[in-house]
Amino acid sequence: MKYSIDTEGRFTVIALEGEIDLYYSPQARDIILKSLREKRAVLIDLSRVSYLDSSGVASLVEGYQLAKSDGLEFALVGVGNAALQVLQLARLDRVFPIYETRAAALMEQV
Amino acid sequence: MSLANTPEPASFPEAIIETRGLVAHYGKREILHGVDFSVRRGEIMVIMGGSGSGKTTLLRHLLGLNRPTAGSIRILGHDLSCITRKALYKLRREMGVAFQGGALFSSMSVAENVQLPLREHTRLDDNTIRIMTRMKLEVVNLSGFENLMPAELSGGMTKRVALARAVIMDPKLLFFDEPSAGLDPVVSAELDELIISLRNAMNMTIVVVTHELDSAFKIADRIAILDTGTVLASGTADEIRHSNDERVQNMLHRKAREEIVDADEYLKRLTEKTH
Repeated sequence: MKYSIDTEGRFTVIALEGEIDLYYSPQARDIILKSLREKRAVLIDLSRVSYLDSSGVASLVEGYQLAKSDGLEFALVGVGNAALQVLQLARLDRVFPIYETRAAALMEQV
Repeated sequence: MSLANTPEPASFPEAIIETRGLVAHYGKREILHGVDFSVRRGEIMVIMGGSGSGKTTLLRHLLGLNRPTAGSIRILGHDLSCITRKALYKLRREMGVAFQGGALFSSMSVAENVQLPLREHTRLDDNTIRIMTRMKLEVVNLSGFENLMPAELSGGMTKRVALARAVIMDPKLLFFDEPSAGLDPVVSAELDELIISLRNAMNMTIVVVTHELDSAFKIADRIAILDTGTVLASGTADEIRHSNDERVQNMLHRKAREEIVDADEYLKRLTEKTH
């Protein structure tokens, strides 16, 4: 798994890349939780994620819960069909704010 | 469709389970007589057959619980007839199994049973494990039941907990032994839907062993019918439904088998002294 962290508007954008599975999800979790400790809104870009398993989704859930408890915005962007189906299976597609593009997330008024 | 004595087409490039000439014994008794069988990546394969047809024996061999007397078994590229214990252990991390009776640990809660493979095989954080457990319980419609003990579960709930545990590691390959046995039609239909959803969402390859016709035809991409230790027929649900083979049609229409009894052989079976 690779990742990059940038700032776009109000967001810290975490772009994850490759497979987020049982092996790599702890790393993804650490990155997400560390960014949230900086008390900024977080946008997770999954557009270059080739595989997302349940442990990866669990890391997103934990991040979202932490963001909510701190009153921070947390959203997903670039959710491919495979990742979307994993989210749908656990009915999480209705839980996360999901945007098609980074621009759409930035335009959203909060 | 392939019928008895007609081998399936040569290796599918995408076959992730493949047996060739699989022979299995319990003691001196031969149970499987040269089974050729394959499962393609991402499909739901249903193994059907009556009691004593050899379907459970085939399943045990696919899981690596028994070694074949002859023939080969390849799973996810590994030859099970000569696999090392360490490689088999690693391979089993890619496989989930939901046993017929659930095989839940009676002293553990629902949540503890479901998350056991994660505790055994990973070093995931407790929060991640807790969330994954609740997600899987949500998937099998058992949200909120995590603290119940197995003794407090109905038959359908037990099977769903077993399924949640089987898929907790997102396996590439899922084996489900008799998902519908002993369940009422509504719960059985829910489990069928769940199996299809898992395949679609997780791209799992799923092998279901069942003798429930309705369930088999609802979920199967392909069906293999076992009869007295051989593959009687295999093909898509439509191919099986329209098979000209009398034994296949007997099975589909639940007609009792007419045994061809050799009188001398039968007499010998009744009177032979045991050693």
